[in-house]
Amino acid sequence: MARLLLIAFQPHEGLQGAGFAQSFGMPFDVLNLTGEAPNDAGAERVLSANLAELPPADGLAKGLLAFAGGYSHVAAISSMLSKDVMARLAGLMDAAMVTDVIEADSPTVFKRPIVAGTVIATVEVLAEPVLLTVRPSGFAKPKVGGSSIVESVLIETASMAKRVSVVARAGTRPDLTRARVVVSGGRPLKDAETFESVIGGLADQLGGAVGATRAAVDNGIVPNELQVGQTGKIVAPDLYIAAGISGSTQHMAGIKDSKVIVAINKDPDAPIFEGADFGLVADLFDAIPELRAKLGTGE
Amino acid sequence: MRILVPVKRVVDPYAKVRPLPDGSGIDTGSLKFEINPFDEIAVEEAVRLREKGAATEITAISIGTAQVEEQLRKALAMGADKAILVESDAAWDSPAIAEELANVARELKPDLIIMGKQATDDDNNQAGQMLAAKLDWPQATFASKVEPVNGKLHVTRETDSGEETLELPLPAIVTTDLRLNEPRYIALPGIIRARTKPLEKRPASHSPSPKTRTLRVEPPPSRGAGKKVANVDELVAGLKERGVI
Repeated sequence: MARLLLIAFQPHEGLQGAGFAQSFGMPFDVLNLTGEAPNDAGAERVLSANLAELPPADGLAKGLLAFAGGYSHVAAISSMLSKDVMARLAGLMDAAMVTDVIEADSPTVFKRPIVAGTVIATVEVLAEPVLLTVRPSGFAKPKVGGSSIVESVLIETASMAKRVSVVARAGTRPDLTRARVVVSGGRPLKDAETFESVIGGLADQLGGAVGATRAAVDNGIVPNELQVGQTGKIVAPDLYIAAGISGSTQHMAGIKDSKVIVAINKDPDAPIFEGADFGLVADLFDAIPELRAKLGTGE
Repeated sequence: MRILVPVKRVVDPYAKVRPLPDGSGIDTGSLKFEINPFDEIAVEEAVRLREKGAATEITAISIGTAQVEEQLRKALAMGADKAILVESDAAWDSPAIAEELANVARELKPDLIIMGKQATDDDNNQAGQMLAAKLDWPQATFASKVEPVNGKLHVTRETDSGEETLELPLPAIVTTDLRLNEPRYIALPGIIRARTKPLEKRPASHSPSPKTRTLRVEPPPSRGAGKKVANVDELVAGLKERGVI
């Protein structure tokens, strides 16, 4: 039957995913794995698992299998975590899967970026059920109102894989994928210290998150989880500032839904300028301190 | 430890690709084909595990037409011991690939399957996890470090917020991320020498029935022509006007 289960791997995904679920026009339930999910975002039922910690993919996918029956569609917000688990769940269900949905033309026809975002494919699903991971930036914010039936559920979490250690990113900056402002830098930032003072300094002044190019990550300037692009994080802030970034296709694919893109680059021919709302041809080491000074005063 | 490494033939990941004018697919006319770069990292990791004495035999496998031999020969040149080409000109989506690889794995009984986290053409990021599910083996995706420890694997994997290390009993599936290693450079003589290594061609064990199909491909919508500002003052004024600062 035509019914959607939205799996919220993180609490904020309940609301993010509801935007997609509402636009999909199908009755839907939310399975919320950790923390509290909103009960006024249009879901008929909110199932709360209240897991203290998510188990490795093999255990979690098996646990989720018990809840996925009876749905024509099972969706989650795209993330490394959801790709890890949802594709395994699709394997257990012998189901079709569409990764990184950016648009739904119908319950069986979806648009998604391929080849590092250089091409948009329209994919038809030929069998039910179908599993989806969804990039939320292409969908409207959900209408809130009403109230869902809230139930507590128990998810089996026994796993073959065992988590030995976790290293979480330290810091107080907002989450890259949800920040209102993102300031990103590329290889010209040279080293971690320079990156932190120039890019981090501007981000902190704007209350924003920090991002980086794959080149900056590959050169060891910043850790991997800050990479923005088709193979990294997809961002859609109100303001995206790209400093010393040439604008590779795969980077542009990760930022194109930003409301305003600013590019600061010495090279007037850098492709980033083609996609920027405001392009400034300048040395970022001159322009960013000047920008910080002018943002700080005159308000 | 015996290792199976699935590899995919993909259009040159560094070339600029365009949709065909009729939107039926990607224009690969003049483009080269390569091993999917994430699969190349997988081959490299397998070879390093053997060089460390942790692996005894490496088999590369691919599904496709006779042209795919080129990519399998590259894997052999990098150090794989033998290769299997499952010959087929059918359309294979991730569930079908996982099914076929699961059948091969049940026959060959490798201790480890290591493959790319995704192929750079379809960007699906599905086949490894689906294969792990079908075999009921533990998985570690997005691997940045693989270490054999007391008959198990410790795999450090990249996560949305940092990294974590999983301990996997064998047999297991690992999918590779960029930072796992830098694949060695193989000069032409190496590829030619690899011509004598065994490459088995066999038919598919099942006929794929795809669960998805691509209706059309098109260029992404453009953001419109970029606009340049002359200096920081103009930039600040513009940002204020747009209400983002």
